[in-house]
Amino acid sequence: MKFVKYIALILLLAFVGIQFVPTERNQSDIVPKIDFMLVYEVPTHVKKKIKISCYDCHSNNTKYPWYNKIQPVAWFLEDHIKEGKAELNFNEWGSLSSRRKASKLRSIIKQVESGEMPLDSYTLIHSDAKFSEADKKEIIKYIKQLKNSLPN
Amino acid sequence: MKNLRIITVLALVLVTLTATSCKNDKKEQGNVEEKNTEMNHDNSDGHHDGNKKEMVMAENQNENSETILKDYFNLKDALVSDDNEKAKELGETLTKSLSNFDVSEYTDAQKIELKDIIKDAKEHAEHISESPMEHQREHFKILSKDVIDMVAITGTANKLYEQYCPMYDDGSAWLSMNEEIRNPYYGDKMLKCGKVQREIN
Repeated sequence: MKFVKYIALILLLAFVGIQFVPTERNQSDIVPKIDFMLVYEVPTHVKKKIKISCYDCHSNNTKYPWYNKIQPVAWFLEDHIKEGKAELNFNEWGSLSSRRKASKLRSIIKQVESGEMPLDSYTLIHSDAKFSEADKKEIIKYIKQLKNSLPN
Repeated sequence: MKNLRIITVLALVLVTLTATSCKNDKKEQGNVEEKNTEMNHDNSDGHHDGNKKEMVMAENQNENSETILKDYFNLKDALVSDDNEKAKELGETLTKSLSNFDVSEYTDAQKIELKDIIKDAKEHAEHISESPMEHQREHFKILSKDVIDMVAITGTANKLYEQYCPMYDDGSAWLSMNEEIRNPYYGDKMLKCGKVQREIN
């Protein structure tokens, strides 16, 4: 029994210890002029859905619930956000060339269509981030229209 | 009690170790992010060049558009033969040759266009190197557009055929060295679906 106690103690100490490791927070009040929502006049509902479901990992500002400030959850999240932003950052939309925009829009359509995005691990906690079938249709229709309006 | 002391020491060591190792991780990640954001901002940044030089050291010097075409055709053939693993490998090869593409001989306007094409093509080649077949083909479609646009600027020594399949994703094009149709979007399922829509050279 003593042994179990020691293990528990070690784990507890380690858990407390890692809380002191600083994580990089993805937070910024500045919304640049090249933000997706400022570049286009996005219909209100689509805008709301994209902001709620995508912006946490695909922009410079994540809304962190309290449990995401605890390690090791925070690390897990940090990685996801980095990866997400490298793939697509809505805040920097306007800096992309037409070719890149077309590529990204196409990816958005595919990801939403197939239900790969938003991630299941994300919607599990953020139930409001889930897309209904109607949401999906509306978003895809809008993104397709944007894609078609790009110069070829 | 002696035990307890040992355990405490061990625990402290563990905590310190975790803490420091994670810090190192973070530093690395920080750099990666810097690189990524820089790359998002601009085509012609120092970081990118640094990267390129490193890769050139490891790989052949000054890749040109013909190398990219060669890698692209190999990748296309892997997709034609429904070979997911091979396509992954060749996606990686193509990513490398795209990174090493030397655009110095082109005019400034062409450089800008080519860098844009390479950046886009690289992203799709990277995805191909880590995706299941279906995704590989989706990315191959955009990659093909990039390569077709590249050839429009660079030209090529060989005779090429721009081929077109009206069925895949509302119509999709690709390039081939052979006139005969071998469809990379369907592979064995519809090997001969498509037509030559343009001849280059």
